[in-house]
Amino acid sequence: MMGSENDQEESKEKMESLFLREESDPLTRSDKSNSNSTYRSAMSTLSDSRHPSIVVTPADSDPLFAPPSYFNESRSKPNGGNRDSSSYLEPPSYADVIFSPFDDNSEINGSDDGGSRHIQSSDSLSRSPSSLSSDYFKITVSSPQKEQESTNSMIPGGTTYVTYQITTRTNLSEYGGSEFSVRRRFRDVVTLADRLAESYRGFCIPPRPDKSVVESQVMQKQEFVEQRRVALEKYLRRLASHPVIRNSDELKVFLQAQGKLPLATSTDVASRMLDGAVKLPKQLFSEASSSVEVVQPARGGRDFLRLFKELRQSVSNDWGGPKPAVVEEDKEFLEKKEKMYDLEQQIINASQQAESLVKAQQDMGETMGELGLAFIKLTKFENEEAVFNSQRARANDMKNLATSAVKASRFYRELNSQTVKHLDTLHDYLGLMMAVQGAFADRSSALLTVQTLLSEISSLEGRAEKLEAASLKVFGGDKSRIKKIEELKETIKVTEDSKNVAIREYEQIKENNWCEVERLDRERRADFLNMMKGFVVNQVGYAEKIANVWTKVAEDTSQYNRESS
Amino acid sequence: MESTEQTRSISGSMQSPRSPSSLPYLSVSVTDPVKLGNGVQAYISYRVITKTNLPEYQGPEKIVIRRYSDFVWLRDRLFEKYKGIFIPPLPEKSAVEKFRFSAEFIEMRRAALDIFVNRIALHPELQQSEDLRTFLQADEETMDRFRFQETGIFKKPADLMQMFRDVQSKVSDAVLGKEKPVEETTAAYEKLKHYIFELENHLAEAQKHAYRLVKRHRELGQSLLDFGKAVKLFGACEGEPTGKAFSDLGTKSELLSIKLQKEAQQVLMNFEEPLKDYVRYVQSIKATIAERGTAFKQHCELAETTKLKEINLDKLMLTRSDKVGEAEIEYREIKAESEEATRRFERIVTRMEEEIVRFQEQKTEEMGVAFHQFAKGQARLANSIADAWRSLLPKLEASSTV
Repeated sequence: MMGSENDQEESKEKMESLFLREESDPLTRSDKSNSNSTYRSAMSTLSDSRHPSIVVTPADSDPLFAPPSYFNESRSKPNGGNRDSSSYLEPPSYADVIFSPFDDNSEINGSDDGGSRHIQSSDSLSRSPSSLSSDYFKITVSSPQKEQESTNSMIPGGTTYVTYQITTRTNLSEYGGSEFSVRRRFRDVVTLADRLAESYRGFCIPPRPDKSVVESQVMQKQEFVEQRRVALEKYLRRLASHPVIRNSDELKVFLQAQGKLPLATSTDVASRMLDGAVKLPKQLFSEASSSVEVVQPARGGRDFLRLFKELRQSVSNDWGGPKPAVVEEDKEFLEKKEKMYDLEQQIINASQQAESLVKAQQDMGETMGELGLAFIKLTKFENEEAVFNSQRARANDMKNLATSAVKASRFYRELNSQTVKHLDTLHDYLGLMMAVQGAFADRSSALLTVQTLLSEISSLEGRAEKLEAASLKVFGGDKSRIKKIEELKETIKVTEDSKNVAIREYEQIKENNWCEVERLDRERRADFLNMMKGFVVNQVGYAEKIANVWTKVAEDTSQYNRESS
Repeated sequence: MESTEQTRSISGSMQSPRSPSSLPYLSVSVTDPVKLGNGVQAYISYRVITKTNLPEYQGPEKIVIRRYSDFVWLRDRLFEKYKGIFIPPLPEKSAVEKFRFSAEFIEMRRAALDIFVNRIALHPELQQSEDLRTFLQADEETMDRFRFQETGIFKKPADLMQMFRDVQSKVSDAVLGKEKPVEETTAAYEKLKHYIFELENHLAEAQKHAYRLVKRHRELGQSLLDFGKAVKLFGACEGEPTGKAFSDLGTKSELLSIKLQKEAQQVLMNFEEPLKDYVRYVQSIKATIAERGTAFKQHCELAETTKLKEINLDKLMLTRSDKVGEAEIEYREIKAESEEATRRFERIVTRMEEEIVRFQEQKTEEMGVAFHQFAKGQARLANSIADAWRSLLPKLEASSTV
């Protein structure tokens, strides 16, 4: 543990430099992004680039194409413009806030909450503001295709599976290429996830999309394939935004290697058992390979024997057996774990309430629209059947109400689709909380490995002692016993080496945990602040628009004002 | 408009009672609902206050206690006596709501009953009704007596439906050539009937959505409340600066929830209820149309019978039968009845013509008011939502640059 101090220092520095690098990225990412709409590039030239790049469009126009003219209109308005136009001009820093629906191909790397991620970095708590390097790393998943399993066909017409095209655009030097595509199937993604889990113990690795239980039947459906495509894209982008994992070999290979994925596939239980049995003699006698093995978690690994031992150890720990030498004493860690659990519960709760808020907004918009339509029908009816002028007047009043109700309805629906995107941050973090749990679990299992080895050593030493004591009693030496003692001493040495490796591993994982949690805390704070801001700005904007609509109707019907003022 | 044509125009409660004493006025208000009785027998009593200077009334002010069934009595009496006039509708007798008797329900019913009586008081013919005077002035015991006598006169909606079906079946029979049609077939009246029936459908749909909109307000309010609470809990978990920001967000959300619940109630009272009232009014018109149908049928049948009697009499007179005397008496009686029926029918026709004009104008006014209030309410709500959220922005901005 002595010599590893330097290593720890180094790795810490490395992580920090990675953070620094990521901070600067998003600002320039937006510059480089292939924007569908001109406003985005315009946005980045704004002096105050902190704002969510959401642009408001009049409900009359198709929301998917933000007319630049509207943008200009609101830009040119000085502070304190009247309420009719983009009136959210106070406080002044929001003078340039304009709304637009997010387009689905969010340009910002690494996450689907495009705008918020972008802002997160630029807003965020003391990160470097200006861009130094111009890193760009964008992954897209597209064009799902059915393919045939090309095994030797004993079964005519073998099973089909779906492949997806994974396109990467990047200027990172590690990739040596600016754009490339591969075809991968879901099984490859599972493999990638498993290999990453092994290589990056202690890190908060984003969770991969779920496997489907009824895969083959469900596979045929368009919807399922589309859902999976979206989920895959999200997952890969998250990987790409992780400061450490984005540089992993596994990811590189996944994104670049043409043809079959050259990563070791996860083997099934049966072969694991075989492997375990084969490994046993090796474990007893050899050195290097066994220590390396130790670096893997027992569970999910191929080593049944080890699994067994660790299980026994954990039971012994639980049942108050002899206290292991190394114990999880880090109170800070335990508190953190507690806190993370708590946080997760709150996120789940908030995410549920966010869902029902979204539903309520949706329903409001729908009913408002239906009301409007009912009144339009009434208007038409009265006009057609009108005998008296009073009817025509009423029809006119109804028309005002109806058209405004329909407008308001559209605003509610736009408001809602934005709200969904903002509050999605909550859903995203549920996944990340799982990643944190995974990271903590890595730590616990590494500790268990250490404990197991320690108790192994002590029991081996105990046996050696006994043998030595017994052989001393035999005059002239006990050849067989001495031989056994020699063998034991060898095993002890090997196990000691393993223990040292395990302890190093454990320390490294602790380190990784700490860095990750720090990073996550920071990012989480920034992400949620942005989420709130986005949510609130959105609410303000649409509430104002809706207010304008109804104010006009109130004015148009002011002759019916009967209130004594 | 027609009220100025009357010889005596009585101002309703809309105008201040402090008008010069020479101007006749009749002002009524239904106030002060009180729950009486227990369990199934429970009911609500209202105070009905009448202020007037009309000679037919006992004194300048009179206060009586009335319950819902008294109002029903009044409506039924007026319907019987004033055929052709669109009798103002009553709020539904809800058997279910009665048990809950929420404050909002009671207030809405009171308001509807107040409107009911005032419409009658404002109507040039109805305001002169003796039954109205009884209703406004009789002591409670007398009122109870009257009420118990009159049960069953008013045709229940089921009976009305039957009458419509009879009328409609008569029409279809005529089409099939079964019977001579006993239905008015003037184009204008056909148009009116079609209009009324169609109108009810359209209005009912609008009212349905208006009611749903009230529910949506309530639901949105509830979800904002829940969301606010969840966000506050979340904020408590997080440290600064997110924690405080979330807590503020949650508080605002809860505040807006209250505003939404209030607006829901406003929409219910000032928008949905007027629409419901509109539907009820149209249903009352349909009842009047049924009455007209009956009257027309009677008029036709009696005219027919009279003609037959006349022919018979002529025949008898030619044959110099000794039954002439009898026949003549019969003929005269029938003729008088027939003329009466024709008068009744024509009065209905005349009344309805005036009523339609009134109705259309009244409804334009009332709907205009409802729309105006609705729009104002929605604008107010949206503005306070915008204000509430906007107030968070400076702090949010500050937090994220810490």
